[in-house]
Amino acid sequence: MKGERKMLHTVNKSPYERNTLESCLRLAKAGSAILLIEDGVYAAIAGSAAADQVAARTDDFTFHVLGPDIEARGLADKQLIDGVAVVDYTGFVELVAEYDAVQSWL
Amino acid sequence: MKFGVMVNEGPFTHQASDTAYRFTKAAVEGGHQVPRVFFYFDGVNNGNKLSEPQADDRNLVKLWGELAAAHGIDLVICVAAALRRGMKDEILAEGFRISGLGQLVELGLATDRTVVFGD
Repeated sequence: MKGERKMLHTVNKSPYERNTLESCLRLAKAGSAILLIEDGVYAAIAGSAAADQVAARTDDFTFHVLGPDIEARGLADKQLIDGVAVVDYTGFVELVAEYDAVQSWL
Repeated sequence: MKFGVMVNEGPFTHQASDTAYRFTKAAVEGGHQVPRVFFYFDGVNNGNKLSEPQADDRNLVKLWGELAAAHGIDLVICVAAALRRGMKDEILAEGFRISGLGQLVELGLATDRTVVFGD
């Protein structure tokens, strides 16, 4: 067996609009990274109705959120869920390079 | 590293074209290569030169063309998706070309990662 391949998952829709985050959390393998982009960033806000589903899985996944998309939505002053790291577009590129494959949940 | 980028949404639907553009820009500016961006489904609208956004709006059609010229990126629009939407060579913006799905397959084989942007 070769070394285990690790995947980066991107989620670009709000958990209040679609169930792609839920599907991602259900099907992604532990050890994967999940990057929240576009309206997906709403899932990173602490204390929100969807916060528990992310907060409950920080041991299984490495969570990241795209900072420019948080700012674009006027959420820059909101507290994020503990364990969710903010990245910029350069960080997005680095994540893609770091993981073996990318799955976009569309 | 070499990245292939696929765009499945038009510039005025939601945010995917913008994210794809900014990701591609960050990748090439960060020293990575993006040999080709493949536009599929409504993504083909990214290459319509008749598109004239208002002056205070970003012009993605133009931005893609400029980025492609600066970094040698091949902007390919899927022929079947294009013809369905009335996208023909006559209205293709600078830097874009129309070709087939084979270009997407080839892109996947020639690059280390494929990143898909859509809605």
